[in-house]
Amino acid sequence: MERPEIVSSEGRIDTPAAVTPAWPRAQLVAFFVMVAVFLVAPFIVYPVFLMKALCFALFACAFNLLIGYVGLLSFGHAVFLGSAGYVSAHVAKVWGGPPELAILAGTSTAAILGLVIGALAIRRQGIYFAMITLALAQMIYFFCVQAKFTGGEDGIQAVPRGVLLGVLDLQSTLAMYFVVLAVFLAGFLLIYRTIHSPFGQVLKAIRENEPRALSLGYEADRYKLIAFVLSATLAGLAGSTKALVFQLASLTDVHWSMSGEVVLMTLLGGLGTVFGPVAGALIVAALENYLAQLGAWVTVVQGAIFVFCVLTFRRGVVGELGRILRQPL
Amino acid sequence: MIKAFLGALAALALATGPAAAQISDGVIKIGVLNDQSGTYADLAGPGSVVAARMAVEDFGAAKKGMKVEILVADHQNKPDVGSQIARQWFDVDKVDVIVDVPTSSVVLAVNQIAREKNKALLVSTGATSDLTGKACSPNAIHWTYDTWALANGTGSAIVKTGGDTWFFLTADYAFGHALERDTEAVVVKNGGKVLGKVRHPFPTADFSSFLLQAQASKAKIIGLANAGADTTNAIKQGAEFGIVKGGQQFAGLLVFLTDVNALGLDKAQGLLLTEAFYWDLNDQTRSWSKRFAERHHQAMPTMAQAGVYSSVLHYLKAVEALKSDDGPKVIAKMKEMPTDDPVFGKGSIRPDGRKIHPMYLFEVKKPSESKGPWDYYKVRATIPADQAFRPMDQGDCPMVKK
Amino acid sequence: MLLGIPPQALFGQLLIGLINGSFYAMLSLGLSVIFGLLNIINFTHGAQYMMGAFAAYFLLQWAGLGYGWALLLAPVAVGLLGIGLERTMLKRLAHLDHLYGLLLTFGMALVVQGLFRNEFGSSGLPYAIPGPLTGGHDLGFMFLPNYRAWVVVFSLTVCLGTWFVIERTKLGSYLRAATENPALVQAFGINVPRMVTLTYGFGVALAAAAGVLAAPIYQVNPLMGADLIIVVFAVVVIGGMGSILGSIVTGFGLGVIEGLTKVFYPEASNTVIFVIMAVVLLIKPAGLFGRTQ
Repeated sequence: MERPEIVSSEGRIDTPAAVTPAWPRAQLVAFFVMVAVFLVAPFIVYPVFLMKALCFALFACAFNLLIGYVGLLSFGHAVFLGSAGYVSAHVAKVWGGPPELAILAGTSTAAILGLVIGALAIRRQGIYFAMITLALAQMIYFFCVQAKFTGGEDGIQAVPRGVLLGVLDLQSTLAMYFVVLAVFLAGFLLIYRTIHSPFGQVLKAIRENEPRALSLGYEADRYKLIAFVLSATLAGLAGSTKALVFQLASLTDVHWSMSGEVVLMTLLGGLGTVFGPVAGALIVAALENYLAQLGAWVTVVQGAIFVFCVLTFRRGVVGELGRILRQPL
Repeated sequence: MIKAFLGALAALALATGPAAAQISDGVIKIGVLNDQSGTYADLAGPGSVVAARMAVEDFGAAKKGMKVEILVADHQNKPDVGSQIARQWFDVDKVDVIVDVPTSSVVLAVNQIAREKNKALLVSTGATSDLTGKACSPNAIHWTYDTWALANGTGSAIVKTGGDTWFFLTADYAFGHALERDTEAVVVKNGGKVLGKVRHPFPTADFSSFLLQAQASKAKIIGLANAGADTTNAIKQGAEFGIVKGGQQFAGLLVFLTDVNALGLDKAQGLLLTEAFYWDLNDQTRSWSKRFAERHHQAMPTMAQAGVYSSVLHYLKAVEALKSDDGPKVIAKMKEMPTDDPVFGKGSIRPDGRKIHPMYLFEVKKPSESKGPWDYYKVRATIPADQAFRPMDQGDCPMVKK
Repeated sequence: MLLGIPPQALFGQLLIGLINGSFYAMLSLGLSVIFGLLNIINFTHGAQYMMGAFAAYFLLQWAGLGYGWALLLAPVAVGLLGIGLERTMLKRLAHLDHLYGLLLTFGMALVVQGLFRNEFGSSGLPYAIPGPLTGGHDLGFMFLPNYRAWVVVFSLTVCLGTWFVIERTKLGSYLRAATENPALVQAFGINVPRMVTLTYGFGVALAAAAGVLAAPIYQVNPLMGADLIIVVFAVVVIGGMGSILGSIVTGFGLGVIEGLTKVFYPEASNTVIFVIMAVVLLIKPAGLFGRTQ
């Protein structure tokens, strides 16, 4: 029985796979525009805000890998962002480790967590999968509230940014910014490569018709798990970096509302598009900044955007743009 | 290359050093950072903004030719939101001093940032006694109350008046543990006994199970080492289970006037709590509170909001005397000058950043004893200023020479 | 002494657990009914529970109508709002992947909770226990407030009544048939879309009724459903999605287990339900009473 697509089928180019170039022209242009914007932006816009947007963009891209290309809605993805942040902060502050070690430690933690949660959740599909990830994430949230090492409500504060590879002092905002940009681009390119690889093709096949993929001999569950772990790892990368940027690891990053936010960013930007999550993250971060004065209205606006997107704007900003240009973005 | 550029900028900034005898950009910017819409919105929230504005007006800034601007932001009780706002305020909006800041996790983060950016912080609602202990800073003053003062006030005063067996209902997070630990120490020191304790998850909606355990312990006093909704829920459900009727009393370790208002006297009667301020204490507090209530939909001020008024007023006096709004310099001046205002009366500020004034043990009136709206408390004991706060040498504050 | 605590205390805690389980049972029943018959994950369930409590508060404040009226009118009012939601928005997503329904209801929950929070703050509003149900009885091992006993009685009645209607009556059989094969049932002349709408309304009404039940004992506050909904999700997953009996039994059962955890290891009482869910998923992925589709 065929399931209706979670990713809209419009906006995808009609050329047969053999002719599709590895880097469609529109995407190449978009990539260079994105890099250029991010290179110039810190001199115009408050760099700390940009770093926040970049971390969230990486988080959203990681999330999008799972929902856009594998069709799995994980409603507990914040757990990877937050726990990686805690480990990274702990390594930097308590063990006095250098930033590269902190980030590595955080990312690995997210990978292991991804393996455990993924193995449990993959057993079910669709909505069950979403609910299970949500419930497991909530369990970890409560653990984080109580555990000594996370600092509970206080979080881990005054995390030193350290000196990268012994040469670059990250206390300088600009230096930190370019490191974050490099991390983001690395993650982004890794995801891009994954999507456009044979592995990515199998994922798409599984999403479109799992029984058929199975009959072809592909172990669907294993592929889904690998994708899940990859997504979790990159979310962890975002989280570890974020902890160093803000010098703080707190409960907000493991709470289910953060999981909801990343869904919002991806949905608004465009599920299953390459640049959608980046655009979505920028918009949502800007919105939060702008609405920060009116604290409680933020949730209302976020909810309203959800409703609007689901009802009439399912392709998201980048998806719509892609449809207008008749090129996948 | 970037380093050289930044170095040049720094040199330029330092070269303008003597200009420290001026108000930065000609405006004194005060940022009220608190919870505007969540659990603590009633006890501080928009009311603190009203208090800050009253302080600016009473100071007479306009007449003295000083430009003062007040900014407001909602930190939603999250340390990451709070620290991002603080950073942006200090970096981009040129805010000179941040005031209020409830929620210990947020205030600790903001304390760190104020220190980094060389600005000022006046904490009114934030409770952690670490602010004048391990985390003490030359950029901050802890104004209204702290966990030690609450534990000491409630704990010792209750034990001295006969409440010598205790059972703790503690919220299972750092703040709850700290409250429980501090109060237990005081109770034991004064000859009381702790018959038991139970840690409930934070936050909890249903206390029935924990209340049963408290009832079974038969302790005279049930200490609520929690805050906000947990405290009010516990008291509300305690009424349901007949705790007070059964002869036990609740001691709220962090309770504000607005919590009692939300509960209603029939549920809260008999509750023992410590606060630094009450609108009905004397003529001065009464007249100030009336002015406040007129501007804040007839709601009487809490100690948190009174603290914002008092701290902003004293800050402005110090800035006027110093003719500068340089963070640590103003804080030092504030410590030099004795304080005097209608809410706390005369007081002083210690070198470790602790503001000193008397604390009061209150008991919530029975509905029959209350003569009107907001008439909730009767004074059970007054703790003089020199005994109300932790002695300076016991705090591990690095700024204090032993 | 049984396991370190006196048996009286144990019975007291079991009873408390049963009372809490009533809420889990009613809420997961509503969710299960909606999912089982509509295939929609109603994330708004928590917000609708909250609206039920607020409706009771409004009825008292503005119309002077007490608890009894609230128990009758609030579920109807909130149910109608739910029907409005279903008619205007959820219907449009019926042909899409079910995940969109989840996202829509999630967004609606954020909007509703945010609006209420803006208007009423998050300290909570007071709602008194209705007169005839105040006080309690000393059962020897504990003091049982009358109101809490009422909660158990009411929810058991509602749950068993719902189960009976769905599993043992003709109307219920139409509903169950419509889930399996709506086109065929429609061909028999039964108005399936209307049934779907009314079922959603009923599920929402159940949530609102739970809210009215909760109003006198928990604070009526805009976020009262936000964290609760996730626990209810776990209950439904454990019980088996779409199994009516599963939700009822699991709801009460988990309430009791949670209650026991509060005695022996209270710090874990928040997480015990999720741990059980993880274990159940490993052993029986379809849930205790579920059928693998």
